Amino acid sequence: MTGSAGAPQGAHPIEVRGLVKRYGDLTAVAGVDLTVRSGDVYGYLGPNGAGKTTSLRMMLGLIRPTAGTVRLFGRDPMQSVRALEGVAGFVEAPTFYPYLTARRNLELLAAFDGGDAGDRIDAALETVELSDRQRDRVGGYSHGMRQRLGIAAALLRAPRLLLLDEPATGLDPAGMRDMRLLIRRLAAQGITVLLSSHLLGEVQEVCNRVAIVRAGRIVYEGEIAALAAGGGSRYRLQTTDDARALEVCRAQPGIADVTLEHGRITFVAEEASVAELSQALVEAGALIRALTPQAVTLEDLFFSFTEGDGEAAARAAGDGVAALAQAAHGGGAAR
Amino acid sequence: MTPGVATVYRWELFKLRFQKRTYLGLGAAVIVPILFVIAIRIQHHHGHGDFAFSDYLNRSGLAVPLVILLFGAIWMFPLITALVAGDIFASEDHNGTLKTIFTRSLERWQLFCGKALAAATYAVVAILLCGTVAVIAGSLQSGFNSLQSLSGTVVSAPRALELVYVALLVYLIPIAAIVCIGLLLSTITRNSAAAVVGTLMVSLLIQLIGILPGLSGLQPYLLSTQFNAWQGLLRTPIDWTPILRALWVCALYALPSLTAAFLVFLRRDVAGG
Repeated sequence: MTGSAGAPQGAHPIEVRGLVKRYGDLTAVAGVDLTVRSGDVYGYLGPNGAGKTTSLRMMLGLIRPTAGTVRLFGRDPMQSVRALEGVAGFVEAPTFYPYLTARRNLELLAAFDGGDAGDRIDAALETVELSDRQRDRVGGYSHGMRQRLGIAAALLRAPRLLLLDEPATGLDPAGMRDMRLLIRRLAAQGITVLLSSHLLGEVQEVCNRVAIVRAGRIVYEGEIAALAAGGGSRYRLQTTDDARALEVCRAQPGIADVTLEHGRITFVAEEASVAELSQALVEAGALIRALTPQAVTLEDLFFSFTEGDGEAAARAAGDGVAALAQAAHGGGAAR
Repeated sequence: MTPGVATVYRWELFKLRFQKRTYLGLGAAVIVPILFVIAIRIQHHHGHGDFAFSDYLNRSGLAVPLVILLFGAIWMFPLITALVAGDIFASEDHNGTLKTIFTRSLERWQLFCGKALAAATYAVVAILLCGTVAVIAGSLQSGFNSLQSLSGTVVSAPRALELVYVALLVYLIPIAAIVCIGLLLSTITRNSAAAVVGTLMVSLLIQLIGILPGLSGLQPYLLSTQFNAWQGLLRTPIDWTPILRALWVCALYALPSLTAAFLVFLRRDVAGG
């Protein structure tokens, strides 16, 4: 069932607004807003227990939100399973009937999908490289094989949107690499992907947009590229006269957050302002010994968002994290 | 092809073919009458003709299915029925597959109906299989002879065979109620063992209520009593009163259970698996 009859024209693949899920006193998801646009490979990134899986379950209509709305191509998955037309995926590990073979499982799911899903079984098995094991019972499958079978099961629906929950978790390095390649290949075919993960590298490698979630809330949403670009905003400076240089930096327009620690000056600036600063330093007689952009990794940023500023600062090699978080306002939206 | 209840029903029956419990239940339905007949034969050969219904059983093989229906009501048939009814939803929880089937193109109500029908079909097959094996084994042991009705009249063998099968169908009325209780416990407990044992316990508790002093007035309205409704067929003329009562009394057990199971299944959060 892959048609889009009844779906509002131009609706985004996923639009989530004010999504909340509470279990008694425990708030698993605390007001999530996100929009996944057509063609996105969207990373839903956060540590374990941040509410990623609960969010995905609500997106797939498996659990009822306490508050808020989910729309998949404009339709509410809680209203009818018809909202899942053109949508496929899995939450946590994909599950199958262990006493049936992989092929039988796919045949069952294709029958439940209807339409021409059954015609796609061979191609789906081939895509995930399970053709030669299709007659084996799933009960004997390894974790990695089940993950791949989960993708095959999703492909039967010829999806326009794939929701994958931690697809590489538990895989060996080769399995993780294969999974990333597979997701990239699917994305290249025009499938929009929402990928939840606690593995930064995974998101960094395959996604173009990211939402970082912490304790059920989104703390950053935006382009991965913008996040990476933010990494060059903090600079470290050493001069022949640091006291003089510090004065110049503080007086120079476009230079912010100037600090002196352990005999090193750091500041935040745009590239153009740095060029002007270097000239001002020379004119003031503080000759530059070293002027280096601080390589703050996405990992530092991730920790700054998910563990709080104090710990993040401790982790960050060049203490540029806080500024990075501010810089992220430019490319995305740190909340 | 648009999937629907029939799709689910077909696949549920297919899945039952690969599960041990199916063969455990159907195996019991086949073996019990055979063992029963072997016991009759041994007793007969040793000249001990004084066990319950021994005359009746030795005069006609067609008495065998009826006596099995009588004793099987205590726990055997409720257990055989519960083996699948109690498991059919809970096993999806056990395998974590609810999330798999809930994210395809079938509405939850379609999945529920297909599964409930499959559980009922299994119960029908088990009862009819047990009855048929009992007729064959009994006839081999005691002959395909005429049967004495409960009113003392003699019923010809072909007519008695007909009545045996109608009795099996009437027996399916309380069995259907057991199926519904099993389905309810299967959806609520999400645990196969708890649902199977729970269904059996409910059945036994209802029987216990029937033998408590001072509660005999409840007897006609107990589920356990309805397992004897088929005996009306063995009266001359046939007494339809207990059969008609079984219909509405069993509906009182079945419909609320089925409705509750349906609503729980429709509304439940699939948070695990």
